[in-house]
Amino acid sequence: MSAPKPILLDDADRAIINGLQGAFPLSEEPFAEVAERLGLDRDDLIARIRRMLDNNVLTRFGPMYHAEKLGGGLTLAAMKVPEADFDAVAEQVNAHPEVAHNYARDHRLNMWFVIATETQQSIAEVIAAIEEETGLKVYNMPKIREFFIGLSFGA
Amino acid sequence: MITAVERGLPLCRRPFREIGKQAGISESEVIAALGRMAESGIISRMGVIVRHHELGYRNNAMVVWDIPDEKAGEIGRRFKTFAFVTLCYRRKRRPPVWPYNLFCMVHGRERDVVLAQVEELAEGCGLKDMPREVLFSGRRFKQRGAVYSPAASVI
Repeated sequence: MSAPKPILLDDADRAIINGLQGAFPLSEEPFAEVAERLGLDRDDLIARIRRMLDNNVLTRFGPMYHAEKLGGGLTLAAMKVPEADFDAVAEQVNAHPEVAHNYARDHRLNMWFVIATETQQSIAEVIAAIEEETGLKVYNMPKIREFFIGLSFGA
Repeated sequence: MITAVERGLPLCRRPFREIGKQAGISESEVIAALGRMAESGIISRMGVIVRHHELGYRNNAMVVWDIPDEKAGEIGRRFKTFAFVTLCYRRKRRPPVWPYNLFCMVHGRERDVVLAQVEELAEGCGLKDMPREVLFSGRRFKQRGAVYSPAASVI
């Protein structure tokens, strides 16, 4: 599915990823400020972010929206899919544009996906459609509380 | 303006001026609007979406716990002090199939390392006797940065 060889990042790349997870300045020249904080040159910082986006280490750099506050719906759902039907069901589930990620996991509930919709109500519609198409139950596990989203790279 | 930054922040010296050009507003209006959205929580943060898989972090584990609801807050906050835990949510249980309410993500290059970290987490938070499961990820079928959802919140 993806290249077996991991992409190697140097210390500056790691510092950038960690540095960008926190506060990003809302100023005229935000990259210059971040570069200074990280002890890098501004153009080098921009070039490194671009390179990590180009080789898919990063998929996006920008504002992260809070789905519910924009009126949207966001949830995590899981299904118990018979092994023999797994690929066919994955195709049915992924055909819904509202399905944002889908991972196989080693558990009785073996398919896990995120559903993101423009309105809160549409979550139930997407789940009903998937249940009808696949004949399988979708276990909806909406978030009650978010404690933190963070990321850091150890040694 | 949300559309203008949908794909991420422009990688240039003055990204907010660039967004303004696309949205037909001034740089200072863009900065002010983003500030308001951050304040009201519509934007949860500025940041990057990292594809752990491409970095060789093949073994992303979703670790789930069955914790008394009234203790979930305290434990969730405690998880944050462990650098290898990247996300933590309290979610709705789906008994009897799914009794777990606290979800966290642990990323690692080796399965053994991830399991040792989970053990360390259980010990450090006094959760050795709490029911838990570790769900390693298998194939990934779909990963996209949904417009309205932070792809960081995979779990």
